[in-house]
Amino acid sequence: MQNRLTVVVVEEDRDRATGIVDALMKTGDCDVYVIGNYTSLARKIAEHAPDIVLIDIDNPTRDTMEELTLASGPLDRPVAMFVSGAAGGLAREAIEAGVSAYVVDGLAPERVKPVMDTAIARFSMVRQMRNELAETRRALEERKVIDRAKGLLMKAKGLDEDAAYALLRKTAMDQGRKVADVAEALVTAAGLLG
Amino acid sequence: MRRVTIPVAYMPLVDAAPLIVAHELGFAEAEAIGLELVPAPSWSSLRDMLGFGRVDAAHMLSPVPVAMKMGLGGMGTSLAAVCVLSVNGNVIGVGRPLEDRLRAAEYGFDFEDAAAAATALKRASTGKLVFGVPFPFSMHVELLRYWAERTELGLDSIEIRTVPPPLMADALEAGDIDAFCVGEPWGSVAVDRGVGALLLPGRAIWQGAPEKVLATRTDWAETEPDLLGRLIRAVWQASRWLAKPDSRITAAQILSREEYLDLPLELIDRALSGRMILSRKGEQRDCDGFLRFQGSAATFPWRSQSKWLAHRLAAAHGMAADTDAAAAVFRSDLYRQHMAQTDADLPGASAKLEGAILHPTAVASSRGELNLLPDRFFDGAVFDPDDPG
Repeated sequence: MQNRLTVVVVEEDRDRATGIVDALMKTGDCDVYVIGNYTSLARKIAEHAPDIVLIDIDNPTRDTMEELTLASGPLDRPVAMFVSGAAGGLAREAIEAGVSAYVVDGLAPERVKPVMDTAIARFSMVRQMRNELAETRRALEERKVIDRAKGLLMKAKGLDEDAAYALLRKTAMDQGRKVADVAEALVTAAGLLG
Repeated sequence: MRRVTIPVAYMPLVDAAPLIVAHELGFAEAEAIGLELVPAPSWSSLRDMLGFGRVDAAHMLSPVPVAMKMGLGGMGTSLAAVCVLSVNGNVIGVGRPLEDRLRAAEYGFDFEDAAAAATALKRASTGKLVFGVPFPFSMHVELLRYWAERTELGLDSIEIRTVPPPLMADALEAGDIDAFCVGEPWGSVAVDRGVGALLLPGRAIWQGAPEKVLATRTDWAETEPDLLGRLIRAVWQASRWLAKPDSRITAAQILSREEYLDLPLELIDRALSGRMILSRKGEQRDCDGFLRFQGSAATFPWRSQSKWLAHRLAAAHGMAADTDAAAAVFRSDLYRQHMAQTDADLPGASAKLEGAILHPTAVASSRGELNLLPDRFFDGAVFDPDDPG
């Protein structure tokens, strides 16, 4: 029977952290700890003596992790960034999913894989949700600008709403631009002239 | 010419200016390239983006490509430093408790004398001094270690920890660190937040420290010579513009924009003008050459500088002393090749004695007009790349 793996997740957002922990626990082979407060991060990580540390690739405190990759760091077991050897393919996948993993030197790749697979799936999901949210926000913003541009045209040219939108769309098509871009230009110009 | 867009990663710092200016003011366009500037959340992410091919070039801490060649830190991709982006530009600062004790001891905060600052700091400290730095492989670490080991401070009485610069002021306030060495604007941000005071500019330790380099993957540099040449020349034109006194305010304006540093123009201008505000009391010190982008072959990747870095890294990490291969990541050969068709005044040699120039000195160069500015170490030591000692 192999020892259970100790995994540390560095994540400030509680909901995200809980989601990752729940998913990892289901793999059954590991104990998971969350560090949500980044002060004295290196010391806190060292206290857990983790086998694997997972951290969002966009988290600026990643640089503190680099210190642990040096033998002189506060961990007596040096960790390596998860990039080389048999795990190389996984590393690229992980980075694309938005998670960086630091793994204790000498840990067998087949033991790392289930944890990494789960982490990759989880981080991909979060990333996708984030992108969708950003997309929704952008669409909303565009909607608002188009509505304002329509309003401007209706007032200036005495058009009804449908005719105003048709004019915007035709202009966009003629110029090979997006309706939202034409609307934006109109709103900006109106702001300057107004 | 076909117009190609090159993705380039950078950290939002004042010394990213050559890349930002090359993009904003048309220097890239003049070379028929576009720059897709990608801000990085951390130095490790920036390195990974370059290593894994998300970007083709990056604004990088000068010791990183050297350290990677030596097998230090994660990732083993071979990188090339194709030009220097900036010389100097770091500041050492202390938190409030240390500042108060230094003032109580009537230390004058001259922002100049590195040996005197170390003596004052030693007397004001009550135990080991913890310094925050942005990254384990950085000029910040190298300057701190060099300074501590050659002054009363002593290497054993300092501890160096990595703290992401945006969190440096918080770490000072929380007492996690006693002092820091960071690049601008982060020193000035700590001052304006009232959590610390500036003690020394990096140039008080070494007047000619190559701070950031433009790095690419070695294979990219060798398989895309045409693009590389255009990139180096665009950045060189941008730094030539940046070095003109009249450009300063425009440069600060561009950098202060939301998409770049998103900070007040006045704060950014301190590093560009060398007029630093030391503390919340508003003491101002003029530091000539605080941060340099061009002039005196500032952008030339001197082999002797990478040799110095390799030598220092090897000593700090207890490695064998053969540092020639690591030093070769500063590609003065590629720089010469791609700058040959410009009016740049290229130095005759690719290595020099580091720290030996005490006054502006004329040296052999392609146009015969090159003056090298002082590059003195504070202790007067001279580093001979052929005999690193």
